[in-house]
Amino acid sequence: MARVGVFVCWCGSNIAKTVDVEKVAQAVSKLPHVVYSTHYKYMCSEPGQSLIKQAIEEHRLNRIVVASCSPRLHEPTFQRCIGEAGLNPYMFEMANIREQCSWVHDDKEAATKKAIDLTAMAVEKVIRNEPLTSKEIPITKRALVIGGGVAGIQAALDIADAGYPVTLVERTPSIGGRMAQYDKTFPTLDCAACILTPKMVDCASHPNINIMTYSEVENVSGFVGNFDVTIRRRARSVDMSKCTGCGVCYEKCPVKVPSEFECGLGQRRAIYVPFPQAVPNVPVIDREKCRKFTEDKCGACQKLCPTGAIDYEQQDELITEKFGAIVVATGFDVWDPSAYGNLGYGRYPDVITSLQFERLINASGPTEGKLVRPSDHKPPKNVVFISCIGSRDEEHGYPYCSKVCCMYNAKHALLLKEKVHDAQAYVFYMDIRANGKGYEEFVRRAIEKYGAVYLRGRVSRVFQVGDKLIVRGADTLAGKPVEIEADMVVLAAAMEAQPDAKEVARKLGISTDEYNWFSEAHPKLRPVEVLTAGVYLAGACQYPKDIPDSVAQASGAASKVVGLFAKPNLLSEPTVAEVDESTCAGCLLCKEVCPFSAIEPKVIYDKAGNPIKTVASVNEGLCHGCGTCVAGCRSASIQLKGYKDAQILAEVDTLAFASEDLTAEVSKA
Amino acid sequence: MSEEQVITKKPKGDAESQDGWKPKIIGFVCNWCTYAGADLAGSSRLKYPPNLRVVRVPCSGRINPQFILKAFQQGFDGVLVSGCHPGDCHYAKGNYYARRRIMLLQKILEYMGIEPERFHFDWISAAEGQKFAEVVERFTEQVKTVGPFKGVAG
Repeated sequence: MARVGVFVCWCGSNIAKTVDVEKVAQAVSKLPHVVYSTHYKYMCSEPGQSLIKQAIEEHRLNRIVVASCSPRLHEPTFQRCIGEAGLNPYMFEMANIREQCSWVHDDKEAATKKAIDLTAMAVEKVIRNEPLTSKEIPITKRALVIGGGVAGIQAALDIADAGYPVTLVERTPSIGGRMAQYDKTFPTLDCAACILTPKMVDCASHPNINIMTYSEVENVSGFVGNFDVTIRRRARSVDMSKCTGCGVCYEKCPVKVPSEFECGLGQRRAIYVPFPQAVPNVPVIDREKCRKFTEDKCGACQKLCPTGAIDYEQQDELITEKFGAIVVATGFDVWDPSAYGNLGYGRYPDVITSLQFERLINASGPTEGKLVRPSDHKPPKNVVFISCIGSRDEEHGYPYCSKVCCMYNAKHALLLKEKVHDAQAYVFYMDIRANGKGYEEFVRRAIEKYGAVYLRGRVSRVFQVGDKLIVRGADTLAGKPVEIEADMVVLAAAMEAQPDAKEVARKLGISTDEYNWFSEAHPKLRPVEVLTAGVYLAGACQYPKDIPDSVAQASGAASKVVGLFAKPNLLSEPTVAEVDESTCAGCLLCKEVCPFSAIEPKVIYDKAGNPIKTVASVNEGLCHGCGTCVAGCRSASIQLKGYKDAQILAEVDTLAFASEDLTAEVSKA
Repeated sequence: MSEEQVITKKPKGDAESQDGWKPKIIGFVCNWCTYAGADLAGSSRLKYPPNLRVVRVPCSGRINPQFILKAFQQGFDGVLVSGCHPGDCHYAKGNYYARRRIMLLQKILEYMGIEPERFHFDWISAAEGQKFAEVVERFTEQVKTVGPFKGVAG
């Protein structure tokens, strides 16, 4: 006999302001099987949960409905609560009267009516619920980290330090990511290489970390605790076990091409390591540029290599491994500012991006740290930095703030003065956003101690006159136009999602926002998780972040992975499909439509061992509980636990009449 | 002055026709995309007509065409079905099966004499709270144009 308890939440005023919670509790109390119905200010709070537990005991409730926020937020909370009171956690339903009722409507009468319907619907469903039990699934205690930037490195180190093996996959020939390109970091002016390269080396020498560079994740299947991941290790054309990193090959290689790492300001060879501190220090051959591959000529590297490590025949390798958890740290890309035709990027060599500026002041950059103009190699005197290039600008780029530009502009203004003592920095800005530890002070230092001139306003045009760049803009605080004769213009280009972010998201089951940044499971409470269990986010693949934020999030993601691995086993979702063998005709249409190949034919035998018929059989380990098979079954012989036809049809029936009937019932009484 | 009095705008109740008829609309939506999109509409405090009642299913692939027929049988004036965008299904391809079934069902509905305006199928992602609100708003208006559902003739 079903004994249902209904608990209607006020959520402070979030629900109670728009929904008459008392009326809802009263109306649903008229439903058959409802033996207790009440309302309370905060159902999810400790006293709220105690109220539920107490009512379960006092009224011998065996099914619970909570009408409050979205089940996507608090279903696990209340399931745990009723579990503690001795009920099966699946004898529970939630009515979403906040996100899908009180927050989206403002007419109290209509919202209350809707809330009654939704709560009654949950009651009718819970009456048809059955106790479900989870199965234990073993966990593969090995983590995959995708992306070898500072976030990926930090996550890999933290997981490895906790004692679990980690594979770190990086697409480029070396780990290090964007941070390896930077000169100094705000607000402490630590040299980026000095704090990053030791971590890269730690990664390489860590007994629990396996670094796979020049590799990409090809395919991901499986689920939390048991992902099957195929990784493509692209042909390096260099045998990693033989190479000693002596560098003879790239010294002698005759082919020069613009270096990606130097943002086109320097050159690399066809066989190259992206930067001197690369980890691993093993070159790769760019097969599109190498003359051996394009013209079948040269072969100098092979002839000169003292260890015979060059292997032109090497093929891509596909490696399939099992992982229990995946940390995604694929980072960001820099937006191309040529969309601003008026700023001359791509037309004038001395209009560069901030990342290019970073390379120009870097001691290991193309000029060995001597700040000179790309055009004539003379040190610049007047440098104009322009903020918000593609950020906070829906017309040309993105409406969001890229978060780090205000800070690196201040850093560049400051470093400019250190490199060229008589130089003058001008910074055009919209607002100065310096909200981090020591950030505001840092910006003040650039202005007050280093004399950077900050001009609040936009630049309308940059054009060349002789060897000068004329920058025309506005100083909106002084209320007048400004014209600066500059030697160099540096554009703080927006951070944008990686061009293949959508593809990566699809492989991993991550949802993305409208700009292709990866979406976290909850913006406040689950910032490192995604909706696919066992996949975590770190760094700027989620949204523009600076180094401290990326590292903090990476450690957060790592601790989630370690927390998962610390459990002996995982509990499976018990909402899987089940077959009624007595009515199943064995047509196996369900097998055809199952996205997870979880259905197999099974032969049923009589007592004498003679086959009677073939029926469908569900492998619960593989079933994800989508229910596609259920809707496909001709005889309704396969049902999804928790979402059976009878349950959903009862919901439809209830919604059709509940509020009218119940309101009438209440007024009668 | 109480908070209620401060709001001068008339609160929006159920969308209704001139003679006071309020369309009853039911929605079948998947848990991972559209239900989350509906939640986002809520946390973004977007407003849409309260005529809609949402039934949550794990995947649009779980939606049995029978549910939709049952809803019409029970007197709903409109039925909304929505799932993840093609390629974004949490279960890889459940929404493709949903799409095929719905295409067939639409033919059956037409054959039965149920106006196509009463049924709407869409893709709404977890990030599209705005779209959810817009679709509900538009669909409610659309159902209003065909008036109360009087059942299948005959």
